[in-house]
Amino acid sequence: MSNAAMGAAAKPLLKVEGLKTWFPVRAGVLQRVDRWIRAVDGVDLEIPQGQTLALVGESGCGKTTVGRSILRLEHARAGRVLYEETDLLALSRAAMRPYRQAMQIVFQDPTSSLDPRMTVRDAIAEGLRSFNIGASTMERTERVAELMAMVRLDPDHMWRYPHEFSGGQKQRICIARALAVEPKLLICDESVSALDVSIQAQILNLLGELQKKLGLTYLFITHDLGVVGHIADRVAVMYLGQIVETGNVTEIFEAPKHPYTKALLGSVPRLDLDQRGALAAAPGDPPDPASPPAGCRFHTRCPEVFAPCAATPPALIEADGRLCRCHLYDSAINR
Amino acid sequence: MSEAILSVEDLAITFPAGGARAPVVDGISLTVAPGEVLALVGESGCGKSMTALAILRLIAKPGRIEPQSRIVFEDRDVLGLKVTQMRALRGAGIAMIFQEPMASLNPVQTVGDQVIEALRLHERVSKAAARDRAAAIFERVGIPDPRGRLDAYPHQLSGGLKQRVMIAMMLVVRPRLLIADEPTTALDVTVQAQILALLRELQNELEMSILLITHDFGVVNELADRVAVMYGGRIAEEGTRTEVLGAPRHPYTQGLLRSIPSLAHRGADLAEIKGTVPSLGAWPAGCRFATRCPNVFGPCDAEVPQTVSLSETHRAACHDVARGQPS
Repeated sequence: MSNAAMGAAAKPLLKVEGLKTWFPVRAGVLQRVDRWIRAVDGVDLEIPQGQTLALVGESGCGKTTVGRSILRLEHARAGRVLYEETDLLALSRAAMRPYRQAMQIVFQDPTSSLDPRMTVRDAIAEGLRSFNIGASTMERTERVAELMAMVRLDPDHMWRYPHEFSGGQKQRICIARALAVEPKLLICDESVSALDVSIQAQILNLLGELQKKLGLTYLFITHDLGVVGHIADRVAVMYLGQIVETGNVTEIFEAPKHPYTKALLGSVPRLDLDQRGALAAAPGDPPDPASPPAGCRFHTRCPEVFAPCAATPPALIEADGRLCRCHLYDSAINR
Repeated sequence: MSEAILSVEDLAITFPAGGARAPVVDGISLTVAPGEVLALVGESGCGKSMTALAILRLIAKPGRIEPQSRIVFEDRDVLGLKVTQMRALRGAGIAMIFQEPMASLNPVQTVGDQVIEALRLHERVSKAAARDRAAAIFERVGIPDPRGRLDAYPHQLSGGLKQRVMIAMMLVVRPRLLIADEPTTALDVTVQAQILALLRELQNELEMSILLITHDFGVVNELADRVAVMYGGRIAEEGTRTEVLGAPRHPYTQGLLRSIPSLAHRGADLAEIKGTVPSLGAWPAGCRFATRCPNVFGPCDAEVPQTVSLSETHRAACHDVARGQPS
């Protein structure tokens, strides 16, 4: 995998190699493992320092499980998660602790991410206390005020409870809480998906501004291609547990190569008046991740399917400065 | 418009808030012509779903439709109908599909039985004939293996298939007006594209009118003939798809359209609409958008803006638009 293909000028902060996270499906009286749901089935990713990688795909493709596996909130059964040079999956719980400070996550639903009985001050200060940041309660309270101002909340409101805030404000609280421990990597798992578009714009602008100010690296997990196009430097498109195409976001959005990427981009309703009726959807529904199709996982819905697709799983190969998992671009295969 | 299939006049819906009744929908008027798709667009809490529910008289207590409101469907005064007449109107006259198909389907009954039940409620047909009809309708809405799927339970179907079953149930009764409340919001984008195409096809085939409730301007562009943009329980702007999407005049519509992220905006900040929607009962006295509007001036805080006609079909309720119009 060449550097050109990855489009990575800066050194990667995070590198994921061959990540596999499978979930057992138990059945019968003895609750024996009947089969495995291969939610993440061999994923490679690389995020250069200070950049944004968007991991995009439809429900059930495994994008959230990738994020959770990186943080070791799910147990990966194979692969490596390299933070700088360290393989996080090989660390003991104690050795993992400093990395929990370096990596934080913001979820989709701010209401369920905040304890309703905890004031905003305590919610934001919780991480400070557990990582021993700040010498005294007063110092931590001052830090909370700074953080609130940074996400453009009124620090005078720190003694209020979450229900006194709107959805967008609650998401700002979650961002302040994540940034309290001064992480390097922020994983945003559908962090703007539940918000109305006018509020979503405020949060996206805030995230962009914080990235510039603090030099943050983002892994942005989302299903919204508009958000990807706006915020990401690079994109990785996932389908049924695997990356099917990855590279520079402008190049991929302007000229997608993988038939699934084409279908995904072609299905988004546009705002241009003359684009009406031009949607090009992939037929059918995404298959059950517990029994993905043999060969290429997309071949059951692919409009460009040909002979080898049903039998041979395609590898992620380099094509025009990006990586693409499709037999169409494999010069060793004759059409 | 006398030829309208649906006309809503001065509809007001109130809920108790802090000792008084707060209008969630505050005197809106709209019409839907036969065969027309009207999109009602806005953000959470703007009153668009409440408007839809009111048309079917499904507003639950403590919500209340205020007495001056009028809803006329095919020359019948909907708010004056008896309960039995209303029941007959729901389904055959006006049908509704919701965002979350799982919540609308009975989990312990096969989808075939549910469709057959709907069919036999509205028509005298034998069970066997109803089953054949149901299978044919399943085929029409693009459900693979339609006969086999009649015996499936809702949980055995994907989200897209469940929404197709909902559309099948709607087709059974061939309504003249379909109210579609965020019909594709819960679906993945590739499946959403399929359902949008299906709705468009069926609408043409049945010459049905659709009142489409959505927050997504992309979906509006795909389906709608006309658009009404709601904010704070009132209609801010109304016009044809071309007028509202192509040349929006109300600052709220303009702000909304500019805040949608896309590849085209890359690198630049998104245009924000500052602040948040005020909570129910805390609306400004004049224009409800005044607290967030970039063009706010003299009369906005205190006076409710009148609706200004910009063309035969294009209207906006905005003091700033009004002062720019020759009177």
